[in-house]
Amino acid sequence: MSKLVRLEIDGKPVEVPAGTLVINAAKTVGIEIPAFCYYDGLTLQGACRMCLVEVEKSPKLVTACTLAAAEGMVVRTQTPQVVQARKAMLEFLLTNHPLDCPVCDKGGECELQDLTFRYGLGESRFLETKVHVPEKQWSAVVYYDAPRCILCYRCVRICKEGMGVSALAVVSRAVDSEIAPNMGDHLYCDECGMCIDICPVGALTSQDYRYQTRPWEMKHVGTICTHCADGCTTTLGVYNNRVIRGNNHDRTGLNGEFLCVKGRYAHDFIAHSERLKCPLMRVDGKLVEVSWSQALAEVAARFGGIRSRGGKFGVIGSTRTTNEENWYLQKFAREGLGTGNIDHHRSGDVISLLSALKGRADALAATSDLYERKAALVIGSDLAQQHPLVAFQLRANWRHHESHIYTVTRGPVREDAYSRLRVRAEAGRELAAAKSLRQALQAEPELLILFGDCVRGAAVHELVEFGDSLGIPVRYICLVDYVNSRGAMDMGLTPGLLPGYQPAAAPGLDLAGMLAAADLDALWVVGANPLKNAALAAERAFVVVQDLFLTETAARADIVLPAACAYEKTGTVTNVCGEVQRLSRAVTTMGAKPDLEIFRSLAARMGLDLGEPETDRVYAEMRRQLPVPAAGEAARGVVASAGDTLFTSGTLGRYCGVLRNVREAPGGLYQ
Amino acid sequence: MPYNEPSPLEVKVLTRRFGLADSASLDTYLATGGYEALKKALGMTPGEIIEEVKLSNLRGRGGAGFPAGTKWGFVPRDSARPKYVVANGDEGEPGTCKDRLLMEYDPHQLIEGMAIAGLAVGAHAGYIYVRGEFRYIIRILERAVEEARGRGYLGGNILGSGFGFEVYVQSGAGSYECGEESALLESLEGRRGVPRIRPPFPAVSGAFQSPTVLNNIETYSAVPAIIREGGAAFAALGTPRNGGTRLFCLSGHLNKPGVYELPMGFNLLRMIHEVGGGIPGGKRLKAVIPGGSSCPVLKAEECDIAMDFDSLAKAKSMLGSGGVVVMDEDTCMVQAARRIMEFYAHESCGWCVPCREGTNWLRRLLRRFHAGEGSRSDIDLIGDVARNILGRTFCPLGDAAAMPTIAFVEKFRDEFEAHLEGRPCPFEGRRREVPAP
Ligand SMILES: Cc1cc2nc3c(=O)[nH]c(=O)nc-3n(C[C@H](O)[C@H](O)[C@H](O)COP(=O)(O)O)c2cc1C
Ligand code: SF4
Ligand code: SF4
Ligand code: SF4
Ligand code: FES
Repeated sequence: MSKLVRLEIDGKPVEVPAGTLVINAAKTVGIEIPAFCYYDGLTLQGACRMCLVEVEKSPKLVTACTLAAAEGMVVRTQTPQVVQARKAMLEFLLTNHPLDCPVCDKGGECELQDLTFRYGLGESRFLETKVHVPEKQWSAVVYYDAPRCILCYRCVRICKEGMGVSALAVVSRAVDSEIAPNMGDHLYCDECGMCIDICPVGALTSQDYRYQTRPWEMKHVGTICTHCADGCTTTLGVYNNRVIRGNNHDRTGLNGEFLCVKGRYAHDFIAHSERLKCPLMRVDGKLVEVSWSQALAEVAARFGGIRSRGGKFGVIGSTRTTNEENWYLQKFAREGLGTGNIDHHRSGDVISLLSALKGRADALAATSDLYERKAALVIGSDLAQQHPLVAFQLRANWRHHESHIYTVTRGPVREDAYSRLRVRAEAGRELAAAKSLRQALQAEPELLILFGDCVRGAAVHELVEFGDSLGIPVRYICLVDYVNSRGAMDMGLTPGLLPGYQPAAAPGLDLAGMLAAADLDALWVVGANPLKNAALAAERAFVVVQDLFLTETAARADIVLPAACAYEKTGTVTNVCGEVQRLSRAVTTMGAKPDLEIFRSLAARMGLDLGEPETDRVYAEMRRQLPVPAAGEAARGVVASAGDTLFTSGTLGRYCGVLRNVREAPGGLYQ
Repeated sequence: MPYNEPSPLEVKVLTRRFGLADSASLDTYLATGGYEALKKALGMTPGEIIEEVKLSNLRGRGGAGFPAGTKWGFVPRDSARPKYVVANGDEGEPGTCKDRLLMEYDPHQLIEGMAIAGLAVGAHAGYIYVRGEFRYIIRILERAVEEARGRGYLGGNILGSGFGFEVYVQSGAGSYECGEESALLESLEGRRGVPRIRPPFPAVSGAFQSPTVLNNIETYSAVPAIIREGGAAFAALGTPRNGGTRLFCLSGHLNKPGVYELPMGFNLLRMIHEVGGGIPGGKRLKAVIPGGSSCPVLKAEECDIAMDFDSLAKAKSMLGSGGVVVMDEDTCMVQAARRIMEFYAHESCGWCVPCREGTNWLRRLLRRFHAGEGSRSDIDLIGDVARNILGRTFCPLGDAAAMPTIAFVEKFRDEFEAHLEGRPCPFEGRRREVPAP
């Protein structure tokens, strides 16, 4: 903690740590100093001159965004001179501004509008011709309208500093200055839209949202992104029951302003024309539309029949359904159907990690550790591609705190650019390569270890032993793929473990085992697509699939039940660090039902009383006593990441127009 | 062959080799006292060198007139990082054309001055940042550096003293703003030439985040004489607090325009009439821009003035970088203001709002005004817009654009009024080509 200094702002005494910028010191006593170019966490610009204030003993006005508070400083933010300077800066900014607010996407939430309203002159004295440049489309996502641009360089900085991409820069000079993309006339980048959302005006707009509606006409629903496991909060803009944008302008959630292309734009799958809206039943070998009651009755009857004759069930759960749904599904399988054959697509070996940690809850990292810990070792993951938020936070930590990053990867990754040491390791050699960093790691005060699917089973135990042997506090993150991959584990969608990793009395078949069992009577697949790359051995098995789309697996089903997606329901999901977050319903798709509702209807029809989901209890217990699954448990089933990139997202990604329309090859960036 | 005939009134200290055969060569330099100062300085302590420079009252010749010795004293003695000496040869100010001659005719004097600066602050490398358009000068400087290195005046162990100093020549990036010290450093490091936030100042964190002395070419070129002859002797050439001589670049309506080395404090009227040969065609003097385009114009009646930093500051103008632009009675002041604003509006780096938008606004206003399409309220608007720029920009370029504009409007309001109501410029047709010297 740096030492405190006392100063005075508009007569109010202020005490802040030395080095605090005056613009932030003022905030602590409720004084707003208007600003455009200043943005928390980015380098300073001093470009817009909006934040000019009077400082005693300084002959000229000073920019509060570059001035560090000092002992005894006397600052005035409301004097006639300051007020006049603000008016002047706004008048300058508007000289070449097109003032097309009535049709501008930013209208209503534009910082230039707001500050002009609050601090500006009522009229302009500029009578000359404005500089005009036509609007440009830079990519499938990004548009730039130079005349609206106030050259605050926020976009340039967030792209370079925040994203580590540096796809934007300023070209030309004087009044002709404008922002330009890295490929001359187009962008080759993450398409994350960070630049668009950070733009204080409507100069950068997205294909997604432009000219769709006015901000005040939307309902804004904060929920959790449904794509990767990082758990970003995305605020969905909903108009007429349609999601027309995603952003995180209000910097809530674990992610602050961060969202990757998926969290911000990959929501168009919701309204995709191939979305299932009616249950399907196989009649004479063909799937035909039937009513919900007909479909549910059929499933209940068939399941009931198989159960009563002691038939063999297989249940495959999802990495995108909620904890409540997962809990209910395993309960349904184990108690309702009497089977232990339950699994899901596992992408990281969380079981082995818990088993190796032997109950040491403090060795599990939180998302905040990514930004705060002094060193991190990344094993076997292309973070910028696979875990965009994790990558963003580690980068921010390095930028702001000079943390040390170490990487062990198969090929080049973006983290190379700022990692302290990097090792290339062939598949299977990652752990050994990580161990070669022992000397450097030992010298760190603390460490975060992130590992992908290449470290699993015995290797996880070995890794934790290695971590323990460093003699410094170490925390771990087992990287998993999707929004609720972690919750699927926690809620017992595994053959040998019940919710909370409690051992199951009678472990069943794992995913591969179910697909291979020729005598399987029924397979129930909820939000997964196991038959994409595998065959079902039991040719005569009765297959029920709950999904959004007619996937390869659904196409094989006897009954297909249209499911609601995560943006259409409530419930909780658990991110890669084990943080439980709540979903909010943004829209509804006529005909589709949340999986939990489907389960409940089925249970009712089958005369089952499964109770209410007990996720809270499970998590409370896990927090009280971190479970320690038996070491052998991990061996049941396969751990393999789907290897998604910035522009893929499992099955969902296939139905996201924006991900398919970008120029960048999936996974091709930075290779 | 130098640019112009010397004047008998000159006091030749920095320019004494101008006109000598092969003046840029090391042999000529050595034959005329070259590198004597460096030898002498090698026997002095850094503190003694800085003291001598302070004693000389040498003030920066790049524009602001900051005392060079004081600036050198700001460089921390101890630094974990290497230190640098940077010479500003970007010379972009309209009206100023002296650094070019110093680099062209006496490159070794500059190199020697930089090496002495290196000795004084403990730097072992120096950069000469040369205006990009001066292609041929880069070759001259590089040849001089080669020669000096070849004979041990530069290199790892200068004259066997154990002190090492290297000089590198860097081409400028084609922008006036690159002459502003922090933008120059950005450009030197290979980035876009936009200024930096200060503090930290270059003395603490300049080139490559290291302590750096940054001076104008002429400033360094004065150093050998100061060390050779002593600071007091140099100081005595000028007026109090304004030591030595400086190169005045006389241009505009003069019979003998040119670059002349005159003592600080030389009277401006004498400069025009006795050094510059007076105004052609017997025309009357109307106004003078005393130190390059950024300096507020002086009316004829203000021109009986000593040309040093303090006297001009008292007259609310500046000595600037020594570009004296003389304008006769046929010159349209609205046109002059417009022409100057064309320059700043073109050269604004675009980084900060008031300069980027304000210079463009003023340019358009002045264009319109000069074309006779102005209204009375525009006259005040011009001043207002300029005052809204003044003191509020990220770097001093904004001030450089605003100050002369304010002065033109204040001092020549009548000429602005004469352009009103669709009237054509009253000076139209009265202007003829200035005869070539
Ligand atoms: C827009 C602008 C342009 C400048 N151009 C030059 C230049 O071309 N040459 C120069 O020596 N100084 C120039 N300066 C001044 C430098 O910033 C700096 O003050 C000077 O080089 C320091 O050297 P001195 O102390 O020896 O004068 C410029 C300043 C500004 C604001
Ligand atoms: S595009 Fe937006 S964020 Fe980028 S410089 Fe312009 S106004 Fe700022
Ligand atoms: S990083 Fe993951 S959670 Fe965050 S927006 Fe991207 S896909 Fe969604
Ligand atoms: S005043 Fe501002 S826009 Fe003008 S040159 Fe300086 S930094 Fe650039
Ligand atoms: S916020 Fe301070 S200059 Fe832009």
